[in-house]
Amino acid sequence: MVKAEAVHKSFGRLEVLRGIDLEVQPKEVMCVIGPSGSGKSTFLRCINHLEKIDSGRLSVDGELVGYRQRGDKLYELPDREVCRKRSEIGMVFQHFNLFPHMTALENLIEAPIRVKGASRSTAVEYARALLDRVGLAEKASAYPNQLSGGQQQRVAIARALAMNPKLMLFDEPTSALDPELVGEVLDVMRRLAGDGMTMIVVTHEMGFAREVGDTLVFMDGGVIVESGKPREVLANPQQERTRAFLSKVL
Amino acid sequence: MTEIASGSPAEPSSQAGRRPEAIKAIPVRHPWRWLSAVLVVAVAADAVYTLVTAPNMHWGVVGTFLFQRLIREGILLTLELTVLAMGIGILLGVILAVMRLSPNPVVSWLSWFYIWFFRGTPVLVQIFFWFNLALVLPHIGVGIPGGPPLWGVSTNVLITPLMAAVFGLGFNEAAYMAEIVRAGIISVEHGQTEAAQALGMTRLQVMQRIVLPQAMKVILPPTGNETISMLKTTSLAFVATVPELFTRAQQIASFNFYVIELLVVISIWYLVMTSVLTIGQYYLERYFGRGSQRELPPTPLQRFRRMLFTFRGQPR
Repeated sequence: MVKAEAVHKSFGRLEVLRGIDLEVQPKEVMCVIGPSGSGKSTFLRCINHLEKIDSGRLSVDGELVGYRQRGDKLYELPDREVCRKRSEIGMVFQHFNLFPHMTALENLIEAPIRVKGASRSTAVEYARALLDRVGLAEKASAYPNQLSGGQQQRVAIARALAMNPKLMLFDEPTSALDPELVGEVLDVMRRLAGDGMTMIVVTHEMGFAREVGDTLVFMDGGVIVESGKPREVLANPQQERTRAFLSKVL
Repeated sequence: MTEIASGSPAEPSSQAGRRPEAIKAIPVRHPWRWLSAVLVVAVAADAVYTLVTAPNMHWGVVGTFLFQRLIREGILLTLELTVLAMGIGILLGVILAVMRLSPNPVVSWLSWFYIWFFRGTPVLVQIFFWFNLALVLPHIGVGIPGGPPLWGVSTNVLITPLMAAVFGLGFNEAAYMAEIVRAGIISVEHGQTEAAQALGMTRLQVMQRIVLPQAMKVILPPTGNETISMLKTTSLAFVATVPELFTRAQQIASFNFYVIELLVVISIWYLVMTSVLTIGQYYLERYFGRGSQRELPPTPLQRFRRMLFTFRGQPR
């Protein structure tokens, strides 16, 4: 589903990604852990082209992200194409980023109507079903600031799902939440994984990674230090750097 | 009360449900507020008295002309000018602001140049310029450069005095509105744009549906300010011989020489109109503030009523 080969990315003179190679299979749940500044979030943002990569190859579903290859030449994709591809990938942010001037329901139907051209009634019907699925059916007409952090993040997940994405990206979805609200968001994600969604989750929740993840990737300094089955990596890390990190967070 | 004072320990089970009576404290006195109020009222009363009893002030004239037909027509034209000029200003201003933030350098520089030019010359000069354009360009037309004109018209037909004033005021206003709108757009958190982009929305959709509605909160107060300012600036249409409120007052005064009386008449009307605008602005802001506060702020009437009863400032 997602394939990265020697992906590099710099912000000015700061090299954030220094050669990322990985592959995510359909229906796989990959959890990415690592200290802050290790490039996890940047890599996630590269996948839907919120950031441009400098070198290497990054593809989703067999198609390059942000470019088209003809012969041995790369052509930048026009905005319209980039938007179409983004619409197939759902993204959930650390700070929810719900649209504060819209109700929960309006947040969910906005993109299906504007981007996919769905009819309002279809979009509303599907949105209500999704809100029900994240346990917030009765909050359809609430504005984001009337919801708790956990509720907001569940609405944000539902908003991403409303576009029927083939891949979901989670950028530290529980890091901005009160500890007692983390569980309700992880529950929703766990069910999503159970339904067979392909997911890449940048997280600090080791319990979730162990339980739900198919693969665990440990990143540091812009490279993948170690990856493998979550249980194995967490219980028996092979690299010194991984051991040091895990001893601090576990 | 006595129970609490004596500190009798209650049983733990009943403690949760028991609620002490509401605090009834004697409020802090504010003698300076009262004193300043008395002073202000005294000075104001004196000023009004002086004006009202001015030896050559003819209040009867003010009364006669307050609702006179020419004045009424002037009011309508002033309102018309304000609406047209602000319409052009806001519409063009939003376009210019979006252009200014465009990744296309040509578009961005075009907007920069427009703002530089129209903000850099006096609005009075601009109105005069449009009014006298026929002096240098007797005909205005559209066509291929160097080729024959496809469509053309006499400048004096296209640019009537009213149009000269509307163009002068509107194009100038657009430059200011562009900066106000730009400030509003920048104030919206970048995460909003990212979330919308991640959903696949195009740049224009993000601007229209996500960023601009949120920018309104920042854009509205200065826009209300601009509208009120515009209402009064329309008096400059005087130089383009547009018979708006100020021009009418001048015309009438040139016949009957009641200069101050007529200025009082139009000042009353300007105040009435700006007051109405101020109220309208407040309710617009309330509307666009939805979603940002859990409870809507009180209306001015509610606030006034509360003020009256307590004579204390509202806690913010």
